[in-house]
Amino acid sequence: MKKTVSMTINGAPQSHEVEPRLLLVHYIREQAGLTGTHVGCDTSQCGACTVHLNGMAVKSCTLLAVQCEGAQVLTIEGLAKDGKLHPIQEGFWEKHGLQCGFCTPGMIMSAHQMLSRNPRPTEQQIRHDLEGNLCRCTGYHNIVKAIQYAAEKMAGK
Amino acid sequence: MATARLLGASIKRREDPRFITGKGNYTDDLKLAGMTHAAFVRSPHANAKIRKIDTSKASKAPGVVAIFTGKDMTGVNSLPCGWLLPELKIPAHMPLASDAARYVGDPVAIVIAESQSAASDAADLVAVDWEVLRSVTATEQATAKGSVQIHEVAPDNVAFKWQIGDAAATDAAFKSAAVTVKKRIVNQRLVANPMEPRACVARYEDATGEWTLWVTSQNPHVHRLLMTAFVLGIPEHKVRVIAPDVGGGFGSKIFLYNEETVCTWATRQIKRPIRWTSSRREAFQTDAHGRDHVTDAEVAVAKDGKLLGLRVKTTANLGAYLSTFAPAVPTYLYATLLNGVYEWPAIHAEVTGVFTNTTPVDAYRGAGRPEACYLLERMIDAAAAAINMDPAEIRRKNFIPKFDNGYQTKVALSYDSGNYGAAFDKLLGMLDYKKFRSDQAAARAQGRLMGIGFSTYIEACSIAPSKVVGSLGAQAGLWESGKVQVHPTGKVSVFTGSHSHGQGHETTMAQIVADHLGIPMDDVEIVHGDTGRVPFGMGTYGSRSASVGGTAIVMSLDKIKEKGKKIAAHLLEANPKDMEYVGGQFVVKGSPQKAIPFGQVALTAYVPHNYPEGLEPGLEETSFYDPANFCFPFGAHACVVEVDPDTGHVKILRYLAVDDVGNVINPMIVDGMVHGGIAQGVAQALWEEAVYDRDSGQLVSGSMMDYTLPKADMLPFYETARTETPTPVNPLGVKGAGETGTIASTPAVVNAVVDALSGLGVDHIDAMPLTPERVWKTAQAAKSKK
Repeated sequence: MKKTVSMTINGAPQSHEVEPRLLLVHYIREQAGLTGTHVGCDTSQCGACTVHLNGMAVKSCTLLAVQCEGAQVLTIEGLAKDGKLHPIQEGFWEKHGLQCGFCTPGMIMSAHQMLSRNPRPTEQQIRHDLEGNLCRCTGYHNIVKAIQYAAEKMAGK
Repeated sequence: MATARLLGASIKRREDPRFITGKGNYTDDLKLAGMTHAAFVRSPHANAKIRKIDTSKASKAPGVVAIFTGKDMTGVNSLPCGWLLPELKIPAHMPLASDAARYVGDPVAIVIAESQSAASDAADLVAVDWEVLRSVTATEQATAKGSVQIHEVAPDNVAFKWQIGDAAATDAAFKSAAVTVKKRIVNQRLVANPMEPRACVARYEDATGEWTLWVTSQNPHVHRLLMTAFVLGIPEHKVRVIAPDVGGGFGSKIFLYNEETVCTWATRQIKRPIRWTSSRREAFQTDAHGRDHVTDAEVAVAKDGKLLGLRVKTTANLGAYLSTFAPAVPTYLYATLLNGVYEWPAIHAEVTGVFTNTTPVDAYRGAGRPEACYLLERMIDAAAAAINMDPAEIRRKNFIPKFDNGYQTKVALSYDSGNYGAAFDKLLGMLDYKKFRSDQAAARAQGRLMGIGFSTYIEACSIAPSKVVGSLGAQAGLWESGKVQVHPTGKVSVFTGSHSHGQGHETTMAQIVADHLGIPMDDVEIVHGDTGRVPFGMGTYGSRSASVGGTAIVMSLDKIKEKGKKIAAHLLEANPKDMEYVGGQFVVKGSPQKAIPFGQVALTAYVPHNYPEGLEPGLEETSFYDPANFCFPFGAHACVVEVDPDTGHVKILRYLAVDDVGNVINPMIVDGMVHGGIAQGVAQALWEEAVYDRDSGQLVSGSMMDYTLPKADMLPFYETARTETPTPVNPLGVKGAGETGTIASTPAVVNAVVDALSGLGVDHIDAMPLTPERVWKTAQAAKSKK
């Protein structure tokens, strides 16, 4: 039995008939065709699927699409505005905060929420707040630097 | 016009904009018209005979397109082993097991359906009648009396017995030595865990008889060759293999696996595209694992600290079948590195490769070299402790002195260039070693357990000279291709057989090309990962892309310049021998006003009206570079830890690394690779371990919930520095940077923990990871002995 679900993703309305068991992340990737949000595990450890749901960073593998009826979803594709990178995206580029790029969208979406809650985090706060996101390439060094860069840049605005 | 050198500059990566905006193109992102989805039925048992597979209920499930078992795959051969050792036992490794399954996760059937959920649902309905057998998973139990026999072709579960070095000289060294130290060293099994799980999309086109396979591969040509020529018997030239953006590999995506092979076979049967993406649980069970050695090591040392001999007996767990390069890892990539950076009178190593009911083991970042480095650096510290010498002093006393071109080791390899003492001195300077020792003493007086560990490492990379590896059993040449295509407008496309899955080749290789041609990087594109566009190439592993792949590109650039000189000389009515290439122009030596820019030469090559007699039009060159030797990066790492005496928890206070990777193309990228490598090596020391239940053979650490991958708050900022000793092996002078951190860091951490506990009488810990429980128990046992 399929159900219709409607939500707004990156400002664009979406409506699809889906199986009730469909995860939000698969809805975003397969139905909405936005493949920047990734699936890196099946136990909600890796955080590669992190998106914003009504302004909150969530792991989109822990929600069913049908739970998100009427929701506002922001994915990595919606972060840059008018072709201008968000300061966090810029930070990841400037500070070499990515290598293979697979964890990066989730990292950036988590960092976004982190900085909105705590605009001037310490190194230890950044490291602690990244506990829901795994990266296997960078050893986190440059991810922390990227978020520090973004925090400074955003505070300077 | 003088321009700053691009080689050696920290240029931001050109690949990043697509990744930070979510526009990467990974295999699972691909959607094709008519695409079906696959799920594999896998063995839940470590060792079981298959009596019957009943697919009748599953094939009636909604959305099912087809189900195939091993019996359906007639005419299909075993997955090949690409490295042969003398008397190696090679059991059949069929893409779908049909007689028996030999590890948890061994695939026995593929279910193809209209959606992923339909495929997974139906896979649960495939009924396999198993006859469950006893299993053996532990390395040291594989050859034990009474252990279950896994393959008929391999009595006592022995795949090979192999040795290197001089046994008689080593025995003699031990007989006359003042002090000998013997330790058990267990190098535990790891799971690579690139963040992107393996995936493939296979498409067969009936009209043309052509296949396209998109696959998470570090070496698409190798995948194509092995799959077509050895397993499926389909024409190599009719198969295009594309490895698009690949989310990390660390070795695990080198190998030809069951799943992409079965999908490539099955797409022809159903004449529709098939996508398969591994779940993380499947990745834990089926991605080739790494390490898993049990070793008895002995070192003989004089009272003054001079090393006299090293004797090593290793049992290497290869898993249930031989993965693509499995036999090479615990032999030629391991024991040949046991010389380290030290002068040894004698070394002898024996390795026994064994089969167990576990996931096949193959190269994981470092591949053999981390095992060698860990053993050696741990034993050096143990030897120092036995003669009551400082670990820094014993290292200094035994370093091979500086050399520029060649040092013959006791275990076959001849090093390229090295200055080991200089890297170590730099490290000690960064550390302020004397101060650390006084701080440590003060902390001890307060009951705090601080420790420092060194690792002065070497690795062999730039894999590899084909003739050499061929004589050692490699069934492949390990050269690399580089094609440079200059377009009429002077823009340049470069096709490399190397593959980037995080290394940043689109940037670093463009730096090489733009630097050599004196043109803007924006005029250069780097193409990789597509057998339909790139000349046959061997791919990326063994820290080979810059040194081997980069050199192939440089060779083509040199040919482009030579041809360009002829064209420019003709236009200038000069002798080609009098031409030189400077700053993007072909110039008559000594007459800088007589110059033709690169772009004009490119155009002339394609519009050859005023053109040298007999010269072919066009400006495109391909080169294949086969290195004359390996390259040998080296360095010195140190880790400073504090151990909580009440809980055994290890906290890393500082991590310092001085690496020498030869010349550096992009320091930012090299630092990044070093950081990531350190994190993986630290994680082996402290957290990671693939654990099998000894009774059931189940992989109990088979998810990210159960297997401890490092997180940001478990690691510090790394203090990195470099010395630069160019290699004489290749014209770029680059050695390799992708694996140094992983190789060096594990022993630095373990040595630091042992040092922290040394006041309690601890001089060794057999096994890793150094979990709080293991550290606490070690400390308690030492205390109770006192």
